[in-house]
Amino acid sequence: MTEFLSTEILARLQFALTIMFHYLFPPLSIGLGLLLVFMEGIYLKTKNPIYEKITKFWVKIYAANFAMGVATGLVMEFQFGTNWATYSRFVGDIFGSALASEGIFAFFLESGFLAILVFGWDRVSPKVHFFSTLMVALGSVGSAVWIIIANAWMQSPTGFHLVGEGMQQKAVIDDFWAMVFNPSSVRMIVHAIIGCWLMGAFFVMSICAYYIIQKKHLEVAKKSFVIALLLGFTASLLAASSGHFLADRIAITQPAKLAAMEGHFSTGTGGAPLYLFGIPNSEKEKVEYGIKIPGGLSFLVHWNFSSPVIGLDQFKKEDRPPVGITFFSYHLMISLGVYMLFITTLSLILLKKKKLFETKWIMKLYCVSILAPILANQAGWVATEVGRQPWIVYGLMRTPDGLSKAVKADQILFSIIVFAFIYILLFMAYIFVIHNKIKHGPDEIMQNKKIGA
Amino acid sequence: MDIHIFWFIMLGILLAGYAVLDGFDLGVGILYPLAKTEEEKRLFLNSIGPFWDGNEVWLVTFGGALFAAFPDAYATAFSGFYTPFMLLLWALIFRAVSIEFRSKYHSNIWKNTWDWSFCFASILATFLFGIAVGNCLKGIPVGEDKEFSGVLADLLNPYAITIGILAVSTFAMHGSIFLYLKLEGEIKEKVYKWLWHTFGCFVVCYIFCTIYTLVSIPHVIHNFEEYPWLWFIVVLNVLAIGNIPRALFLGKPGYAFLSSSATLIAFTALFGVALFPNLITSSLSPEYSLSIYNASSSEKTLNLMKIIAFLGMPFVITYTLIIYWVFRGKVKLGKFSY
Repeated sequence: MTEFLSTEILARLQFALTIMFHYLFPPLSIGLGLLLVFMEGIYLKTKNPIYEKITKFWVKIYAANFAMGVATGLVMEFQFGTNWATYSRFVGDIFGSALASEGIFAFFLESGFLAILVFGWDRVSPKVHFFSTLMVALGSVGSAVWIIIANAWMQSPTGFHLVGEGMQQKAVIDDFWAMVFNPSSVRMIVHAIIGCWLMGAFFVMSICAYYIIQKKHLEVAKKSFVIALLLGFTASLLAASSGHFLADRIAITQPAKLAAMEGHFSTGTGGAPLYLFGIPNSEKEKVEYGIKIPGGLSFLVHWNFSSPVIGLDQFKKEDRPPVGITFFSYHLMISLGVYMLFITTLSLILLKKKKLFETKWIMKLYCVSILAPILANQAGWVATEVGRQPWIVYGLMRTPDGLSKAVKADQILFSIIVFAFIYILLFMAYIFVIHNKIKHGPDEIMQNKKIGA
Repeated sequence: MDIHIFWFIMLGILLAGYAVLDGFDLGVGILYPLAKTEEEKRLFLNSIGPFWDGNEVWLVTFGGALFAAFPDAYATAFSGFYTPFMLLLWALIFRAVSIEFRSKYHSNIWKNTWDWSFCFASILATFLFGIAVGNCLKGIPVGEDKEFSGVLADLLNPYAITIGILAVSTFAMHGSIFLYLKLEGEIKEKVYKWLWHTFGCFVVCYIFCTIYTLVSIPHVIHNFEEYPWLWFIVVLNVLAIGNIPRALFLGKPGYAFLSSSATLIAFTALFGVALFPNLITSSLSPEYSLSIYNASSSEKTLNLMKIIAFLGMPFVITYTLIIYWVFRGKVKLGKFSY
């Protein structure tokens, strides 16, 4: 194998491929899950059959999405052991309890009640059904919480001590709650869940906008759109503020990551600028073609324009994260966040003036705007994970040290190729199925389908 | 109780839960080609519709618990069995989406493709579980550094393949009893006939594998010498298998299903007894084996997870029962079906 296709690069590539693909589905499950609770809640309160129709329509789409989430999620759990065995040995003591909690407290809950959510309309009372919807939504959030706790621990490990030497070294837990409430976890969880709400809201809005343009299923589309818009607007506001609090914490726990996100190379003596745009050049250690707010970064971190912020020059070259990817993904996320805040605010104003659904261009814009939260969620993940490099567990274990020793590069290469092939196939089938559901629309669900049709 | 032994048993419970529950839906997948008409196919799929993904969670939780309680065993097994585990993942992915996607579009090519992928993936996944069990019993080359030092071909030995076939026949039988319970009318009579075939295949495989195991890896019964009461499990196993045809003759498929569930639980227990106190037996030297003591997390983690398990398991069992209660009775096709 050439150096480029080393086991490390391949294992990381595989992880990135499988997790980014997986991360298309759970955020939608979480966001759409909350919207289902709203929709069915309104139905239960008003008994207006239109809300029953709305709920049933989105449940159908939810189910297809959920299956993809489960199927691709299994890969994540196995992959720690298959590709990152040494890492698994190192963190098992800590990481394990979070994974076990996820399985027992969250995953069973959502998968169990999903059966009633999807198949149980005729079998249980409306109240029990609503309770199931609530449990599914709660379970999917719970899953995310435990997984992010495990990830947050990798960003800012606390509540442990190290035993053993060299490759036999392990982190052993001292304090479970210190592990759970490590400095990153709460802020990461909040920001990620809000990202999921954006996903759910924009997904619903984009499909409804399509119906509105086509002048089909107008009642379902408009009512769903308004519910989603309220969530989308709230989540956009919350995303900005929670993002700020998260960056604030990263400045303390992982200053090298923040510096890479902001393209902040030299610490200097005065205020640090905030780049709105630019191309970071790691060779020259500066940002080229930058548009910056002088002192802006200092203001965000220290609440004044003149205190210095730790730059990449404070870290040894081998301890610095890749600047380009981190900078671009972070800035992409922020730009998309600003876009989502802008478009939802504008839509609320138009809604108030009763012009929203008649404004064609904004409806057209919503059709494609589903890409905004998808890309923002992915970019946020990339900035978080690439920004942690070269550490797999920050400050404790370097990424190449976490690899499986029993696995060869060609095995991974083969499996990446198969995964890529399968995922492309699955994605096409998924889009096809969703597209079909959308094309048939909510009316199909309310008709009594003939058996065997 | 020794906390290490507690977690060994806990993993056994999760594995047995998985075998009993996902066992029947994998079995339905294995038998799926026997459903000929569109209606029969949909009846098959909808018999497992509300259950299969909840059932799979037992596997996910088993994986998580193994990672948490015995990280070294998790790391060695998963990296050592790299290719088989990748195949298993692909099979499980295809299975999940086949069930979900198949009926979402009305075209013969679309449906046929997902039909085959559902069946093939069910067979492959079951077979690979058997391969894993076979290799665990037989022992794999694990060195002093706790790492697997063999090659893929080591895992595809005749013994492991035989256990793989046993797994397929067992789940096929378990699945056919489940179908017999859930279906009615003409298709039920058809299933009844296949049931005897699957039961026959299973008994032949079972007897052959028992002899093969005792002859080729005699150390599987080392724990029986020390703890003779373990023979109780063997007796239970034989009685459970024997009760399947009896219950069927008496026209009580519910008891037959309970008996085949008991058979799977007994198999899991025997698997545990054969391994104990090891999780992974090294074929190179007994001292390199990963046991519940040298491969475990700290006692603190094991105790913590014991609390998590005691808090969580009652809920898990309660809502598993609720779901099975809500969807009790014969499967009927309706507007919310696949």
